[in-house]
Amino acid sequence: MTNKHTWLYTVLKHPWATIIAALVVLLTLTAGAQHLYFRGDYKVFFEPENPQRLAYEEMQNIFSKNDNVNIVIAPEDGNVFTPETLTLIKQLTDEAWQTPLSTRVNSVANYQHTYAEDDDLIVEDLLYSVRSVNQQKSDDIRAVALSEASLVHRLVSEKGDVAVINITVQLPDGDQTAEVFEIKAFVDELVAKFQNQYPNHEFYLTGIVALNNAFAIAAQQDAETLIPVMFLVIILIMWLLLKSITGTFATLLIVALSIAATMGLAGWSGLFLSTATVNVPTMVMTLAVADCIHVIASMQYAMRGGKSKEDAIAHSVQLNLMPIIITSVTTSIGFLTLNFSAVPVLADLGNLAAFGVMVACGLSFTLLPAMLKVMPIRVSMQSSESSDKLNKLAEWVIHHHRRILPYSAILLVIALSLAFTNKLNDIAVEYFDESNPFRQAADFQTDRLSGMSNIDFAIYTGEPSGLNAPQVLRTIEQFAGWLRKQPEVDHVDTITDTFKRLNKNLHSDDEAYYQLPDNQEMAAQYLLLYEMSLPYGLDLNNQIDIDKSATRLMVTMQNLGSKEFTAFEARAKAWFEAVAPELRITAASPPLMFAHIGEANMQSMVKGTLLALVLISALLVFALRSWRMGAVSLIPNLLPAGLGFGIWALISGQINMALSVVLTMTLGIIVDDSVHFLSKYRYAKAQGQSTEDSIRYAFMSVGRALVITTLVLASGFAILTLSSFALNSDMGLLTSIIIVLALLVDFIFLPAFLMIIDKPSSGKGEQHVDRQPISAD
Amino acid sequence: MSTGNLFPQISRCVAILALLATGAIAYAQDAAQKGLAIATEQKQRDAGWGDSQAEVSMILRNAQGQESERKIRIKSLEVQGDGDKALTIFDQPRDVSGTSFLSFSHATEPDDQWIYLPELKRVKRIASRNKSGPFMGSEFAFEDMTSFELEKYTYTYLRDEPFQGQECFVVEQRPLDEYSGYTRRVAWIDKNHYRALKIEYYDRKDQLLKVLELNDYKLYQDKFWRPMVAEMTNVQNGKSTVLLTHSIEFNTGLEEKDFDKNSLRRAR
Repeated sequence: MTNKHTWLYTVLKHPWATIIAALVVLLTLTAGAQHLYFRGDYKVFFEPENPQRLAYEEMQNIFSKNDNVNIVIAPEDGNVFTPETLTLIKQLTDEAWQTPLSTRVNSVANYQHTYAEDDDLIVEDLLYSVRSVNQQKSDDIRAVALSEASLVHRLVSEKGDVAVINITVQLPDGDQTAEVFEIKAFVDELVAKFQNQYPNHEFYLTGIVALNNAFAIAAQQDAETLIPVMFLVIILIMWLLLKSITGTFATLLIVALSIAATMGLAGWSGLFLSTATVNVPTMVMTLAVADCIHVIASMQYAMRGGKSKEDAIAHSVQLNLMPIIITSVTTSIGFLTLNFSAVPVLADLGNLAAFGVMVACGLSFTLLPAMLKVMPIRVSMQSSESSDKLNKLAEWVIHHHRRILPYSAILLVIALSLAFTNKLNDIAVEYFDESNPFRQAADFQTDRLSGMSNIDFAIYTGEPSGLNAPQVLRTIEQFAGWLRKQPEVDHVDTITDTFKRLNKNLHSDDEAYYQLPDNQEMAAQYLLLYEMSLPYGLDLNNQIDIDKSATRLMVTMQNLGSKEFTAFEARAKAWFEAVAPELRITAASPPLMFAHIGEANMQSMVKGTLLALVLISALLVFALRSWRMGAVSLIPNLLPAGLGFGIWALISGQINMALSVVLTMTLGIIVDDSVHFLSKYRYAKAQGQSTEDSIRYAFMSVGRALVITTLVLASGFAILTLSSFALNSDMGLLTSIIIVLALLVDFIFLPAFLMIIDKPSSGKGEQHVDRQPISAD
Repeated sequence: MSTGNLFPQISRCVAILALLATGAIAYAQDAAQKGLAIATEQKQRDAGWGDSQAEVSMILRNAQGQESERKIRIKSLEVQGDGDKALTIFDQPRDVSGTSFLSFSHATEPDDQWIYLPELKRVKRIASRNKSGPFMGSEFAFEDMTSFELEKYTYTYLRDEPFQGQECFVVEQRPLDEYSGYTRRVAWIDKNHYRALKIEYYDRKDQLLKVLELNDYKLYQDKFWRPMVAEMTNVQNGKSTVLLTHSIEFNTGLEEKDFDKNSLRRAR
């Protein structure tokens, strides 16, 4: 044992003291976990000064919040305008007011129908009392509802076969998970009651609350079932491959403690859990598993070579110290580049994972050897079948290296060009597969009524009562007309329809007057009269601000991908700004915010990852003390993700926000593979071996550890593909693919490449037939 | 334990429960009587004000912190044995200036309401089912603006509690009208002068919706207290409205004929 590793001597001399000291430090850190709390709301994805978030919050503050639950009702006979179905809608509308946190309930039943009667303006519920409903009344209601622009495609389908009750709720700021569950539970019970009473009707729940509920449930189900199974699979495969209960147990403990300490630190530093930071344990787990497997596999290799247990542990730690530190530091840098992300919780995710990786690194040199020392370990003396296979693979690669490179280059070009055909597509509905009830409801609504997406436009005149000016109203009317002509648009709710209707009503329902009032006073007084006639919860606060200087148009959209969505927004704004440059317009909605953040995030993720890889290679130049090695490492570090996303283009071609995290998630394991391979290769080279023999040595000494790590982690992540929740199943699949690719690149491409650039001056290595692995000592 | 021993215990329990129940009913009766007594006293102390004319600003605030001011004049006439009559004239915003609103509030019947629109030169009747709706887009509903009549509510005295340093009765008032937007109101009535200092409004699902605070009470005619500042805060949506009384005069000589449909057109 060299004296530069006296700490290692201390660890092995006093294993129990080491174990206790490590546990004290770790448990102190872990205690911070009590301060952790979960925020399930979507605001955690946006910086406070994010422009889309600001526009959305401004709109919510000036008008009203419009989070909602939709109850979609479809009678079997395909006609909602029957006494029975109308009675159902009326009763359900009334009872929906009892929904927790509800502020507004809209349906065809309480639609504020206006008409002229003698000289008066009557404003009343379209269906006021169920006692009055007969076939005649139903037909009258049908005639009114199906000719009313604000209802068709929103509260009733064009054909009159589907109706919607829209419940607007006022969700609190911050975590809304509890409220969402409460609202959903209430509405579920309500619907169950009516389903029982009206068996020949179908009911579906959609809207943002149903979506958030589906999200929370999916995340929770996976967290409770699949993720534990994933960890179980990892343990089992590790046990099978390492053939050591002790090693598996020790690894498990290191993984658990690294995760616990990391989450504890999160608690101490005031961070919270979110749908992004819940991935931290998985990320920390991948590298902790890799670290431990390297130490344990090298120790087994040394013990098989005849060393005593203590010597084998010391040998293994010394051998792996440098590569593990390099891998951990570089991976941490990779995670830290998430600080460039436009999404705050991804920055948290990066910082925590970086910390966790360093904890795992530290533990694999202290706690792990101490535990290995005190626990019984036996090693079978026969060289395993796998080392024969690795041997053959090494020979094959050395032999065919000239042919491997061109094929790899072709594959690479194909994969990379495919990778760029992936489309960024955060459509929340499509996160759920067809077995999910929310997906079924959303598909039903999309088929029969309207898309699930929405965008709100606020138009600000900047002066009190400015909205009532005829010129402004005409501009808004034209804008609404333009919007209605767009193929992506299903419905536009605009105050100008109300103005036109009132003008008609106040001229004895004369259709000729279905147009905007032509002077400001007239418009203002219509509006006042109408406002003064509306009951609680059906006022105009959601469309008009307090001093009548601004209005909000609410647009229901088809389900669009991020690019199409932001393009539509830009088109609409450009149209408006050309027509009315003097008016300020903003666009906002949660789907729009996610469309923007998805794009911004993908860009910053790609940039961050590339920067990380360059930094990592620069570090490797120092660590491996070789310019060439640093440059060489760039290729196996870049390739797997490139290939992985190329394959993804063939499998799906759709990229969502969770997939952009895969880049960083897999970075650690990619770097781990190449660093360990290169450092063993370089070690042999430094001992004066030929390129071929150095490659053989790298295969024999670290090959098994890399195979085990890959199989363990790839099967673990493969479990996640069983999820019905695309965010998890896609992430699991792509991560598995990239982890396997990383190994293939390091086993096939990297040695072939080394053969070319490190071509020995003499042909000695090739003629040398001694294929015994060189002892590391 | 044998079953024989159980029965006396159960019957004892029943007896205690019965006792508690009677106690509760008696207590409830007491609370209802006391609540009604407080309301009666409150109404009684304010009786006889005759008529008044006030200049008022209504300042609306939204959750973004923006403000909007409406200026109105309110002429009121006390009606013995029924709800009062009120004529509201809008001065600002300018584009509704000259619009006037007449309401006859009734103790048990739905209120009668008309509005005059100068641009249309017509008087329009407004249906009273809207009483739960906002008045001029503010956080005050129509029913919050009309006169306090005993017959509109059932009462329950809840407790004594100081509010802003003044000893108060806290009384729950449940509206009898099915068109009301509230399940109940909880009012803090000060013990000295029987003035409402604070009222909480609970929506139809019995969730707290709004809180009204009445401040700067001034005494008129040595008998009638009027709040100069009334602030209604909607706790659900973060909006609020302040009703500022700039001036109020009593005994201005208003009569019944100043409060009919024809007077609407003449109002300015």
